[in-house]
Amino acid sequence: MSFAITVENLSKSFKETKAVKNISFQVPQKKIFAFLGPNGAGKSTTIKMMTTLLAPDSGSIVLEGVDALKNKDEARQSFGIVFQDQSLDDELTTLENLEYHAALYHVPKELRAKRIKKALEIVDLWDRKDALVKTFSGGMKRRLEIGRSLIHYPKILFLDEPTTGLDPQTRNSIWSHIKQLNKEGMTIFFTTHYMPEVEEVADEVAIIDHGKIITQGSVSAIKKQTKTKSLEAAFLKLTGKHIREESASKLDGLRQRVKVMRR
Amino acid sequence: MSMEVIGVMIKRQLKRYWRSKPRLLGSFAQPLLFLFAFTFGFGPIYASAGEGNYIQFLAPGIMMMSVLFTSMFNGIEVIFDRQFGFLKETLVAPVSRTTILLGKAFGGALVGMIQGVIIFLITLLVGFRPEITQIPLAILFMALVALLFTSLGILIASRMEDMHAFPLIINFLLMPLFFLSGALFPIEGLKLVPYFNPLTYGVDGFRGALTGSFIFNPILGLGILSGCALVVIVIGAKLFATTEA
Ligand SMILES: Nc1ncnc2c1ncn2[C@@H]1O[C@H](COP(=O)(O)OP(=O)(O)O)[C@@H](O)[C@H]1O
Ligand SMILES: [Mg+2]
Repeated sequence: MSFAITVENLSKSFKETKAVKNISFQVPQKKIFAFLGPNGAGKSTTIKMMTTLLAPDSGSIVLEGVDALKNKDEARQSFGIVFQDQSLDDELTTLENLEYHAALYHVPKELRAKRIKKALEIVDLWDRKDALVKTFSGGMKRRLEIGRSLIHYPKILFLDEPTTGLDPQTRNSIWSHIKQLNKEGMTIFFTTHYMPEVEEVADEVAIIDHGKIITQGSVSAIKKQTKTKSLEAAFLKLTGKHIREESASKLDGLRQRVKVMRR
Repeated sequence: MSMEVIGVMIKRQLKRYWRSKPRLLGSFAQPLLFLFAFTFGFGPIYASAGEGNYIQFLAPGIMMMSVLFTSMFNGIEVIFDRQFGFLKETLVAPVSRTTILLGKAFGGALVGMIQGVIIFLITLLVGFRPEITQIPLAILFMALVALLFTSLGILIASRMEDMHAFPLIINFLLMPLFFLSGALFPIEGLKLVPYFNPLTYGVDGFRGALTGSFIFNPILGLGILSGCALVVIVIGAKLFATTEA
């Protein structure tokens, strides 16, 4: 089996906080891989390092055979990313945001219009193509970000808490899009602190807490290993706590709320 | 480096500039205030000192002021982009950091120049009479000033998170740069200080091209401005290479 992502001995500290502590994992090609952990576990920090936005203190990252720390631009061309926080230009229209993206990812000019239309149809926003993004709801923005990340035909799609804060209906529709993309051959790496989501969609999961990977494997293997019936119970057994009772999450939750307010 | 990427970044900035009407209008207030206050307040003194028509002297200075201020404040776009998340979208793209910096610098410089041209039209209304033959040279000076100070603004912004601190720092830099450049009054009284201010050469070259009277050789001015712009862009590209979204 070949791997879409290989991470080895990855670490990152911010001053006194050790956000990611020497983690290693591999993601097989064409699978849906979940990175599950409470707020402040180090999920976003890991994704930022994998997507070249943050330099690790140590360790290595290989994406589709490309060293993401050395050949950054080559790695960047191979993945798409949907960030935890918004990353659209509110003052531009849907199409203008997508055209910007297509140009930055060197999508050949003659293919652009077609790919943009396809992406907008996938996320049901074609009829809003000329609307300013600032008129969109949170769910629509999320969908647009997912659509945007598809325009350069990435091999790997990173999603950092793609459905946090969305209503169940939008959540379902987003996941049906993502599953379809996965069926067509895209490797999906997503983070979440929402367990039902993992049980429903993930082929494999790594559980991360306090910057360390506690266990990884298929959901059924983790249940078997911990002799539990649900991921919820497995998590409790492995960490001795429920995913939402995380003391560090208080501060982190505040940080997140501040970010949401800024939107 | 990709020309197309630079082009699309410039396009985005022009759209944002055009759509933000308050910013567009607000940016004319200060130069217009200076133009009228100085023309009517200082003009008669200037004329009676036998220096000639003050508007001929002042108008190019006010245009430069407008270009300078707009250019430097462009840096705030980087901070906005960081705050609202769009910087991540740009930084995660497979594009060299130098290209990104140049896209932002050229886009901002163009906005600064448009602003300068609009002020130019306004000065014509209040009696400024330029020489037309050297307008290309004037545009060249304007472009270099715009590029130099946009790059400087971006360089400063690339290391800042706080959108409230940025205007404070920029104003702190702008005021001495502007007042010690000969834009509003002749530099003779200011001893040697203006010679160390690159804007002095921008103002003089621009004014010289439009009115025919240079203090410095325009070739020297163009050289100094290009050199400074290059230095700032190289440092900016270095800083931008490690800037975080
Ligand atoms: N830029 C930063 N500066 C300082 N601390 C940070 C920064 N980013 C993240 N952290 C800290 O690192 C830890 C992991 O954060 P993060 O990766 O965002 O967690 P998650 O995405 O799993 O919620 C947290 O304790 C957080 O406060
Ligand atoms: Mg996170």
